[in-house]
Amino acid sequence: MQRIGVFICHCGSNIAATVDTSAVVNALSAEPGVVCAVDYPYMCSASGQDMIKEAIKEKELTGIVICSCSPRMHEATFRKAAAAAGLNPYMVEIANIREQCSWVHKDKQTATEKAIVLGRAAIAKVSLNTPLQPGEIPVTKRALVIGGGIAGIQTALDIADAGFEVDIVEKKPTIGGKMAQLDKTFPTLDCAACILTPKMVEASQNEKIRIYSYSKVEEVSGFVGNFTVKIRKKARFVDENKCTGCGLCTEKCPVKNVPNEFNLGMDSRHAVYIPFAQAVPKVAVIDADYCRMLKDGKCGLCSKICGAGAIKYDQEDEIIENKYGAIVAATGCEPIDLDKFDEFAYSKSKDVITSLQFERLMNAAGPTGGVLLRPSDNKHPKTIVFVQCVGSRCEAHAKKGKEYCSKICCMYTAKHAMLTREKYPDTDVYVFYIDVRTPGKNFDEFYRRVAEEYGVHYIKGMVGKICAENGTLKVQASDLLADKQLHIDADLVVLAAAIEPDRSTRPLATMLTASMDTNDFFTEAHPKLRPVESPTAGIFLSGCCQGPKDIPETVAQAGAAASKVIGLLCKDRLTANPCVAHCDEMSCNGCSTCENVCPYHAVTYIEKEFRMPDRTTKIRRVAQVNPAVCQGCGACTVACPSKAMDLYGFSGKQIYAEVDAICR
Amino acid sequence: MKFIYYPGCTLKNKAKNFDIDARNCAKILGFELIEVDDFQCCGGVFTTSADEIATKLSAVRALKAAKKAGLPLVTVCSACHNVIKQTDHAMKNDPVFADRVNGYINDGDDYHGETKVYHYLEVLRDITGFDKVKEKVKYPLDMNVGAYYGCLMLRPGAVMETDDPENPQIMEQLIKTLGGRPVDYGMKNECCGGYVTVTDPGFAQKRSKAVYESAKKAGAEIIVTACPLCRYNLTKNGADIPVLYFTQLMAKALIGEKNER
Repeated sequence: MQRIGVFICHCGSNIAATVDTSAVVNALSAEPGVVCAVDYPYMCSASGQDMIKEAIKEKELTGIVICSCSPRMHEATFRKAAAAAGLNPYMVEIANIREQCSWVHKDKQTATEKAIVLGRAAIAKVSLNTPLQPGEIPVTKRALVIGGGIAGIQTALDIADAGFEVDIVEKKPTIGGKMAQLDKTFPTLDCAACILTPKMVEASQNEKIRIYSYSKVEEVSGFVGNFTVKIRKKARFVDENKCTGCGLCTEKCPVKNVPNEFNLGMDSRHAVYIPFAQAVPKVAVIDADYCRMLKDGKCGLCSKICGAGAIKYDQEDEIIENKYGAIVAATGCEPIDLDKFDEFAYSKSKDVITSLQFERLMNAAGPTGGVLLRPSDNKHPKTIVFVQCVGSRCEAHAKKGKEYCSKICCMYTAKHAMLTREKYPDTDVYVFYIDVRTPGKNFDEFYRRVAEEYGVHYIKGMVGKICAENGTLKVQASDLLADKQLHIDADLVVLAAAIEPDRSTRPLATMLTASMDTNDFFTEAHPKLRPVESPTAGIFLSGCCQGPKDIPETVAQAGAAASKVIGLLCKDRLTANPCVAHCDEMSCNGCSTCENVCPYHAVTYIEKEFRMPDRTTKIRRVAQVNPAVCQGCGACTVACPSKAMDLYGFSGKQIYAEVDAICR
Repeated sequence: MKFIYYPGCTLKNKAKNFDIDARNCAKILGFELIEVDDFQCCGGVFTTSADEIATKLSAVRALKAAKKAGLPLVTVCSACHNVIKQTDHAMKNDPVFADRVNGYINDGDDYHGETKVYHYLEVLRDITGFDKVKEKVKYPLDMNVGAYYGCLMLRPGAVMETDDPENPQIMEQLIKTLGGRPVDYGMKNECCGGYVTVTDPGFAQKRSKAVYESAKKAGAEIIVTACPLCRYNLTKNGADIPVLYFTQLMAKALIGEKNER
């Protein structure tokens, strides 16, 4: 028979105001196996914990129930206290009488009754608890960062700085990401390249960091501390070790009309190219879709011109397999497709561009050398209309765009408006907005300067339609504050397109078994308290793949993710969660149901020899759970048709006992 | 293929050509239009007040007639199509509204959106196929045509699902099929002024003028529409190029010049 202690917390008035704790003490004292029941204002305080420890020793308790807040808050606290008093920490049960009782009820009598019932259920469960011993798993001391934008670079630098090895996998031929394409950065207007490229170089020169550019993650297996990852290094048809980045091949290549993705198709590049001047690694890449040699076997000019002999037309994709202790997703974001926004004539007029295109038009390394010329006729635009929230904050029923706020557009549009007016004071600049949202440090001051000192026309209202007529963009809009319809003849229209997670995010999340929200952003383990961890152990989140972010926030989150990774990698061994599934081999019929439902690939099957009652032996196929991979979600225990699967700490028997206690 | 056909009242008086050519072309293209017996006016506009059922009953009756015949319902007039399609959507998706309407009609056969509703253009595109229409063209059009959609045929987009409300192409496809050259102009899916022409003729005139001027600037020699009200507004407010119904344009190409505006 267990000797159970019950400890009821007031949580100040959080619980005590709605739950009559002394009534709970009285009711639960009478439960079978309960040898002591007490209440106390703050069970989690040092004196509260001491009270628990003393009771465990004095009354020789074999199990305890804490009636308090959610186990997410303080289960670890009370388990530690129990362990300190010599009780197995898995003999502690929490009855959540705060979030699930006092906070959601108003009537004291019903709340008290419910608290008693919840206490009873926990007592019934703890009576069937058995002491559990967590196992240990080793940790591979190397991290993988997926994505080489500012988020990935910063995370890698911070991890390397702590002395751990880290690999960056970047799908493009160079690291740098979206930030490399930006012109100036708000609110201080420092040049994006000037602050980013030193970091890119630092990453490439850091001996702890390996960069796999033009590569992608192909397969992920394993679990926290012990991931095995297959990386596909795509053939770039250039030997990375020989190429000096001189760029001679890119000048001589006869194929000149390939749309340049770095400048968002506003100019062209050659079939062999280096994405931009400060690319890291500064190694040429041959675009197989356009290269004449690779397509028809006729040309070979780059190979002849290359002094280093780096061109390799026969290069093939390479699969590299590495082991990692932790994985950081830093896959970033991209602007949405504007297919469904034909009211803005984006597909019809070259002079309707996205904000990212505008960045390139303003950039000294851009297609116009930093001179603001509109794409259709290379003339200076005299009237520019900026449209905010294109695809952001859309209503769900409209079936287009995103419901969320993309967060960065108000600030970069203010920046664009300011830079335009500063460089070209004779330009009329209009900004159409739903709301201007500028809550960052020094952000609102920046916006106010743009609106008040730079003479930018900020108009509350949306643009309804844009039509291109004889080289002019006819903009129809509403001015909500003046309650007027506006017609503006613009030369250039800039759309602040919503941002969404990079399209590679969903397949990657499947590989990582990391959960996503309905917008394909990675979900964090806790929206407030664990913002840089995925609910899947060992997977961490950095930058816009978790939600829209500007650069300062991205860098902060990248550092936070790195510190979490460092915290994991500096351990030699990890304590495994002992509340995992196990298989009763005698009941298992080898049907594979558990294997199919397991989201973590923790179940495998083995052929095992069994001695039958008639002393013969029989080989049967049975399930086997890898306790280091199992996260204890319980999906298999529910799915198993023969009840062979059970969870330590949450056995079927314990759950039934809880239900019985509640229904008593 | 057979369809229950809802012409609507305008097609029985002011827009007879719209109706006659729809029928003539259907014969040539090999589908049969069976007119709804004793149809009533669709109401002209879909009222958005959810508790208003009286003006939507006629649409429900037409939908029920098609359900009874086990055939899809086809319309040509944009306004009728809009009312019928939106009513059908409400009957399918708004149980409270459907209950009230069914309770009112109370003929033992409740309607919950079982009928498939097509616009004549959708029949051409999705059932007959423009390639089949092309085979029947005898007199290819040699002209620049501005397709004018107005608003009722396309909006609300999530309900109508005829085409992209911001950049529709269905009429352009028809014009191409008939040998004409569709012109692209910005105002093709803007409102003509609609019924505002009754209360504020000046405003409607401004709207209509913006539409036909935009089409003319883009090089249109004629404008085609699927809406009698659009045609009324455009012609009344000074359009100096012909405004035809799309069925008239089809008749020109399939049958010949006997049906002039």
